[in-house]
Amino acid sequence: MLAMTDIGLGSLGLIVIISTFIGAVMTMQIAFQLVSDLIPNSIIGQINRDSNILELGPTISALVLMGKVGSSISSQIGSMRVTEQIDALEIMGINTPGYLILPKVIAGVTMIPALVIVAIFCAILGGLLGGSLSGAVSAADYIQGIQGGFNGFTVSVAMVKAVVFGFIITSVPAYKGFYVRGGALEVGEAGTQAVVIGCITILASDYLITAIML
Amino acid sequence: MIEIQNIHKSFGDKEVLKGIDAIFEPGKVSLIIGGSGSGKSTLLKCIVGLHNPEQGRVFFDKQEFTKMNFEERIPIRKEIGMLFQNSALFDSMTVEQNLMFSLDMFTDMSKSEKLDRANFCLERVNLVGTNKLFPTELSGGMKKRVGIARAISMGPKYLFCDEPNSGLDPATSILIDELIQDLTQEYKCTTIVVTHDMNSVMGIGEYILYLYKGEKFWEGTNQDILGSNVKELNDFVFASPLMQAARQTMKREE
Repeated sequence: MLAMTDIGLGSLGLIVIISTFIGAVMTMQIAFQLVSDLIPNSIIGQINRDSNILELGPTISALVLMGKVGSSISSQIGSMRVTEQIDALEIMGINTPGYLILPKVIAGVTMIPALVIVAIFCAILGGLLGGSLSGAVSAADYIQGIQGGFNGFTVSVAMVKAVVFGFIITSVPAYKGFYVRGGALEVGEAGTQAVVIGCITILASDYLITAIML
Repeated sequence: MIEIQNIHKSFGDKEVLKGIDAIFEPGKVSLIIGGSGSGKSTLLKCIVGLHNPEQGRVFFDKQEFTKMNFEERIPIRKEIGMLFQNSALFDSMTVEQNLMFSLDMFTDMSKSEKLDRANFCLERVNLVGTNKLFPTELSGGMKKRVGIARAISMGPKYLFCDEPNSGLDPATSILIDELIQDLTQEYKCTTIVVTHDMNSVMGIGEYILYLYKGEKFWEGTNQDILGSNVKELNDFVFASPLMQAARQTMKREE
């Protein structure tokens, strides 16, 4: 529960801010590129919705959370390793991966999808605000666009991505932190490595899931 | 009783322990001594199962610990208390939470019973009133004493201390040594202390195992050391002018 609060609520503000701005900027950029009079303005809302559900919501959120949550997990567990706190747990007979890593992985695969849903919602809402405030698209056209041609399967793809990303965001840093050797410097290096490896793994799995599911 | 037989441990190409045998009796404070890099901490970690020796066996009261899997080791682990070199207190928990941690995990005690036990252990190490402090708010000596209090919270049958006096002033070191000795008597536990503190060797060493370059070089009591003719042991134990003077005085008195 503590890990869920930490990962979920702890990252909520960041996700809301980033997603809202991404949605707003996306809307303005799509409007800028759609110069043809033959294309209705409502298509801006539709493109923004599908892009955010399929790609930006899960992937950008995952990359941001990899930096925030991932480095935190790696440094927490790594510090416990180098200060012998993990050894102390093992001596007591505690299953240390089960006690330290499993709750974080469970929190990751449950809370990251929830954050992705929030991110998608905020990005679509941000698009509405950004589009209407900048004059790129009217609120009525945008709302008409986000309601039209909706394919529910895109949400399933987003949720599959979110669960896989949730696993990567928690398990890669936990592994790097758990097996760190040395001192404070090595804990920092492990955190950096965890974020880099995690980001690459997220992008590779994003490609694989998209290729398999779409 | 803890018995170790033919313990070998290597890290890469470097053989750190080369076939160590020893028997550690209950109710006695046993010391593992040796210079830096002699393998004493590695031996302790092999005994408690933090390292797996490549060869050799460790017995806790005739039960072969080295052969057991994780689940089988849990009943023995519950009887182990360990004080780490840097205390290894859980820094996100208060002193009280540190002491109650294993009670929370392994006992059905009520909260008030656990609190009573934590207070008893703190009283035992003269740290009454520190319940709500975090480890970062404690001095080095206090951290060691909290470490000892945590080690005895479950009433250990086996007590392990890795360099309990490192970084402490002489007076606090003596206090810690006396505490370890008293607790060993009180719980009749098998106590193994890794140290290179000569005050501890002469003060509480009822059985001493001297390691030299990963080998068991000598064993005996603190009294036997004074009459020892083993050059490597004498060079190690009587390296400081203070210890040399102490030996001269003792010899003169004899």
